[in-house]
Amino acid sequence: MAEKLSCSIVDKIKAICDKFDNKPGELINILHEAQHTLGYLPMEVQAIIAEKLGIPVNRVYGVVTFYAFFTMTPKGKHPISICMGTACYVRGSEKILDEFKRTLGIEVGETTADGKFSLDCLRCVGACGLAPVAMVGDKVFGHLQLSDVKRIVKEFSED
Amino acid sequence: MKISSVEDLKKIREKASVLLSPREEGDKQDSSACCGLEKGTAHMQILTCGGTGCKASQSHLIAENFKKLIAEHKLESKLEVITTGCFGFCEKGPIVKIIPDNTFYTQVKPDDVEEIFTEHILGGRRVEKLLYADPKTNKFVSDSKHMDFYRKQVRIALRNCGMIDPENIEEYIARDGYFALASCLLDRTPEAVVEEIKKSGLRGRGGGGFPTGMKWEIAAKNKADEKYVVCNADEGDPGAFMDRSIMEGDPHSIVEAMEICGYATGASNGLVYIRAEYPLAVERLKIAIKQARERGLLGKNVLGTDFSFDIDIRYGAGAFVCGEETALIHSMEGKRGEPTLKPPFPAESGYNGKPTNVNNVETFANIPIIITKGADWFASIGSEKSKGTKVFALAGKINNVGLIEVPMGTTLREVIFDIGGGIKGGKKFKAVQTGGPSGGCLTEKHLDTPIDFDTLTAAGSMMGSGGMIVMDEDNCMVSVARFYLDFIVEESCGKCTPCRIGNKRMYEILDKITSGNGTVEDLNKLKTLAGVIKDTALCGLGQTSPNPVLSTLNNFYDEYLEHVKDKKCRAKECKSLLTYLINPEKCVGCHLCAINCPADAIEGSPRKPHVILFSKCIKCGMCMSRCKFKAISVR
Repeated sequence: MAEKLSCSIVDKIKAICDKFDNKPGELINILHEAQHTLGYLPMEVQAIIAEKLGIPVNRVYGVVTFYAFFTMTPKGKHPISICMGTACYVRGSEKILDEFKRTLGIEVGETTADGKFSLDCLRCVGACGLAPVAMVGDKVFGHLQLSDVKRIVKEFSED
Repeated sequence: MKISSVEDLKKIREKASVLLSPREEGDKQDSSACCGLEKGTAHMQILTCGGTGCKASQSHLIAENFKKLIAEHKLESKLEVITTGCFGFCEKGPIVKIIPDNTFYTQVKPDDVEEIFTEHILGGRRVEKLLYADPKTNKFVSDSKHMDFYRKQVRIALRNCGMIDPENIEEYIARDGYFALASCLLDRTPEAVVEEIKKSGLRGRGGGGFPTGMKWEIAAKNKADEKYVVCNADEGDPGAFMDRSIMEGDPHSIVEAMEICGYATGASNGLVYIRAEYPLAVERLKIAIKQARERGLLGKNVLGTDFSFDIDIRYGAGAFVCGEETALIHSMEGKRGEPTLKPPFPAESGYNGKPTNVNNVETFANIPIIITKGADWFASIGSEKSKGTKVFALAGKINNVGLIEVPMGTTLREVIFDIGGGIKGGKKFKAVQTGGPSGGCLTEKHLDTPIDFDTLTAAGSMMGSGGMIVMDEDNCMVSVARFYLDFIVEESCGKCTPCRIGNKRMYEILDKITSGNGTVEDLNKLKTLAGVIKDTALCGLGQTSPNPVLSTLNNFYDEYLEHVKDKKCRAKECKSLLTYLINPEKCVGCHLCAINCPADAIEGSPRKPHVILFSKCIKCGMCMSRCKFKAISVR
């Protein structure tokens, strides 16, 4: 985590804070935009934001770790999210998740060593008619069966 | 064009009605005849569903393909493609509806567009294979009003979803949109508006069921230099998607209702707190706010009066607890979404310490129509203590997954078996879960309970935001309880001990039971713990978190007993209690199971019956799903 941020990234983060007038009340909006720009929110970024807003860095850290949407580790090139909403759960999403874990060899919240895939759970995509559902990036895969998992991983392994 | 009077609104309504009235007529008239341009039909409309569910099945490409064909045939003056909000029948999505003959096409793929275009739009012949086939009669039904799924529904909050283009303010105005606001600003005092809402009997649709009019009254009475109206769009219940669909399909109704609320309570600031996971709803809401501002229907001096009101959007970041009012307010202030003790209620001291009125999306969606049609009309619908309708997201092991709206007092049986079409695959109904992680599981014996706020609570569940998940005989109720506890453990904010530690302990006990290590003593411990958490947790989330455990313990105690005494899971869901077996009489030795087994746990020579090595088997079920000869069973 001790990697040094490049100057351009530091400037970008500062610009985001300025855009929201450096108001502490806008912290969540600022974090959303920073994560959108960087893909994740490492400690260094949190420190810059805290300094700009004039609040202790522990408050920023407290917010980042409180909300499921924010992450401190970079996601894979193809982030895979398995819907664990109730509708998907009762239609067998846990088995699908197990199969993804086994196929990729990683646990939930981890990224494969080659940086291609990361695995997460999410709560309800809202496509309950397609349950069980998984998302790879923005693409939704519905009516999943165990045998679909390897095919999906293969499809994205190639690029 | 700025709208500065009711006359201006009427002009727009008249203009846009040309497009809207064929859609409205289609829902009333007989529509058995099929229209087509070659048959002399002058103008046709193609409605495609633009909701998240259908978009996941590429509905946007369907609209694109239609537009391409229209351009190729130079038929722009005769045909119109309109992307609407959710039609509700998600199981059969993507939906395409053709106006004026009201044909309802289901499960349309982008490749089907050409056939619909040539056959139906041009030729005037319906494409039968894309029509809905009634499972009881096996006959094709072309009009949604004749489908069981729609017949018992009364769409009030969803009145514009699937009807109008949510990105076109004029279509909303054509449906009497913003007339309620005009009537409030020009003809009524704020007190009269509060009185009307009170009289309607509307109760909060977010879950609590607190009377909306009373909430407004309290906020109105608190004097302050600044007040806030907040729309709670942080739909956290996994499996509920009604708020999202309303925002996607009818965003202007939320804008209008928040303004009416602002007028009634004396607030001039509106905030929508919305999940960042709902990009489409955010987008549609932003467009609606922008359009309303441009037309002078939002911002300074609305409709030329001295009432000013504006709306800002705040994003949630994935925390279930933020559905709780005080937590939501802290989150909007850029802090951790931890709840605080009430009182003080937000109506006294909320956002930035100012009086704040928080209502849920569906609650707001009911407001404009109550003003337009009157409190008496609204109060005539529903049950004695719960007026109006409720939207439910029907999902799980049910034939017709979708978004439905029924009058309060409708029974669970009508919802599950008439509208929902019964259980998938002819399986047996086991339970229905209402109220999300704070609710409970109801059984066969509750099926004839009329649904309203009070009956559901009396039955040991709750209304919640309206998630309704149906389970069949293949669902293990102990696993379901564990699933909800897992959710609660993850979502507990950690502020109070009963919720943070108590729920974790409950989860561990449930995990122990589903792993086959539970004892009868554990069941008693669960009950005691649940009682303590219910009595002592700080906020609504904690106090209701034991509900899934308590309701399953009450209604399915024998299933719990089987898990701890006989080490058996009758639904065959708890992995540790299962054994996979190959029937040597059915196995032909095709080796397919062994190839697919991720644990190399299947052995056997070609064309000879295979065997599963129990020591290696990880019970993933892959072999069973792959066997073409049904030779593998689970015990």
